[in-house]
Amino acid sequence: MLNVSDLVVCYGQSEALHGISFEANKNETVAIMGRNGMGKTTLFKSLMGVLPTRSGSIQVAGKEVSKDESYRRVAKGIAYVPQGRMIFPTLSVEENIQTGLENAAVKKVPDEIYALFPVLWEMRRRKGGNLSGGQQQQLAIARALVTDPKVLLLDEPTEGIQPSIIKDIAKALNEIRKMREITIVVSEQVLSFAMDVADRLFVIEGGRLVHESPRASTDVAHIKQFLSV
Amino acid sequence: MAFADMLNIGMMQGFAGLSLFAVLLLMGLGLAIIFGQMGVINMAHGEFMTLGAYTIFLFSTLAESFFPQFTQSYFLVAIVAAFFVAFLAGWCVEWALIRHLYKRPLDTLLATWGVSLGMQQCFRSFIGPKEVSPTLPDWLMGSWSPHEGLDIPINGLFVMALTLVVTGGVLLALYKSRWGLRVRATVANRPMANAIGINTKKTDRMTYAIGCGIAGVAGAAFTTIGSTGPTSGSLYIVDAFLVVTFGGAASLLGTVASAFGIAQMQSISEFFMTGSMAKVLTLMTIVVILMMRPQGLFASKIRH
Repeated sequence: MLNVSDLVVCYGQSEALHGISFEANKNETVAIMGRNGMGKTTLFKSLMGVLPTRSGSIQVAGKEVSKDESYRRVAKGIAYVPQGRMIFPTLSVEENIQTGLENAAVKKVPDEIYALFPVLWEMRRRKGGNLSGGQQQQLAIARALVTDPKVLLLDEPTEGIQPSIIKDIAKALNEIRKMREITIVVSEQVLSFAMDVADRLFVIEGGRLVHESPRASTDVAHIKQFLSV
Repeated sequence: MAFADMLNIGMMQGFAGLSLFAVLLLMGLGLAIIFGQMGVINMAHGEFMTLGAYTIFLFSTLAESFFPQFTQSYFLVAIVAAFFVAFLAGWCVEWALIRHLYKRPLDTLLATWGVSLGMQQCFRSFIGPKEVSPTLPDWLMGSWSPHEGLDIPINGLFVMALTLVVTGGVLLALYKSRWGLRVRATVANRPMANAIGINTKKTDRMTYAIGCGIAGVAGAAFTTIGSTGPTSGSLYIVDAFLVVTFGGAASLLGTVASAFGIAQMQSISEFFMTGSMAKVLTLMTIVVILMMRPQGLFASKIRH
C-alpha cells in the first residue's frame, strides 16, 4: 500500500536521510523505532510533503506522490498525525475534526469517530487548545481519520502522554485497523507501545533503516540496545 | 437653549459618530481579515476602497449617459460591482506579489505601499486628478425627521444598514462556512492545514481578495458621504489600522467594538473642542489603553 524507495532528504547541504526503502502492506501496522535525532520525524515530514525530498519515490496504492504538495497527498490517501499533535488551538474540537473533511462529500463528522473517541463528543464545543495532551492526541488522530486515508502516519503518538492514555491510544489504533483495514505507520521510542500495535518493526539510526523484524520473532533485548542512549 | 434642543443636538452628533463608525468598520473589516488573519500589512487597502468608489462613479456616469431609466436603481447593482472589481484586483495583486512574501510579513508593508502609490498614480493618469462625485439616486438624498428639530440624514442611515449587512455576512462566513473554517485553520497553522488536505494557497488568495472586496464596498459607502479623488483612500488607511490594532488583531468582534469606540469618541469630543484636538484626545486614549493591553481590546483565551 505504501512503497518508499531510496528516499533522500536534505536540510540545505546536509543529508539527513540517506536512501530509505521500506514497504507497508494493506491492513498492516509498521513501527519505526529510533532514538531522538535519528531521522524519524524527518522521514514522516517528507512522506507527508512538509519537507521536500531530494530524490527517491513514495507511492501510495501505486500512485506516485513524492512531487505533490501536502494537500494533494491527502487526497491520494495519506493522513498525518504529527509530532506534538499540532491541532488548531483556536478552533473548537468539532471544527478541528471538520478540517479533515475537505475531500468528503458530506461535511458532517461521522458518528463512528465519536464512537471511537467518546471524550471528543463530550468536548466538541471546547477550544482545541484547552484540551489535555492525551485528548489532543485523540483529536489529532480523529482529524486524520476523517480524511478516509489508505495510509495513516503517526509520529511519536505517545510523546508526553500519561501511561493510562497510552494504552487507550494503542487500543484505538488496533480498532481502527480492524475497522478500516488500512496501513498504519507509527514512529516510536516506547517499545512496549510498539509491541502492542505493530506487526513489523524497523529501527532507524543515523538516517538509515538498520534493522527489520516481524513482531513474532522480535528480539526485545536487541531492539532495546538500539534505543538506549 | 431648551432641553429638547440639547437632546436633539446630542442625538444628531451621536448619529454623525455612528456614520463615521460605519465607514471605519467597513474599512477595518477588510483589513482585519487581511492583517488580523493573514498577517499581511496591506498598505494598499485604501486604494482598493478608492477603486470601489470609482466603480460607483463609473456606473453612475454610464447610467446617466446611456440608461437614464436606471438612475434610481443603478446604485445597488454598483455596490455589488464595487465588491467584485476590488475582489478581482485583490486576486491579481495576491497572485503577482503577496504570495511570494508570506514568509517575510514585514516586507509586505513595503510592497503593498508600492502598490498603493502605483494605484494612486493610475487613478490620477487614467481617471483624473480632480475629485468626482457620482449622481446619487433621489432616495438617498434628504433627511428623515421623526420630529421637529431632529434631522437624521438618509445616506447615513443607508451606510449604517449596509455596514450591518456586510459585518453580519463576514461574521457568518468566517464562523459558519467552509471557507471560514479553511481560513481559521490556515491562520492557526499553515503547514498543518495543508497536511490535513486544505489547499492553503487558494485559501490565502481567496481571503486576500475578499478583504479587498470589502474595502471596495467601503468605497461604495464612502461615495454617499464624500467625493472621491485619487488619494481618498490613503486618508483612511491610518484610521483603519488603528481600528484593527486597537480591537485586537485576530478578533472581528474587537474590530466592531473598537470602530464604535473610536468613532463615538472622535465625534462627541469634536463637539466640545476643535477637530485636531479631538483627534489628539482619541489617539492619546488609544495609546494609553494599548500600553495597558498590548494585545488589543479582545484577545482569545486559550492555552498554547
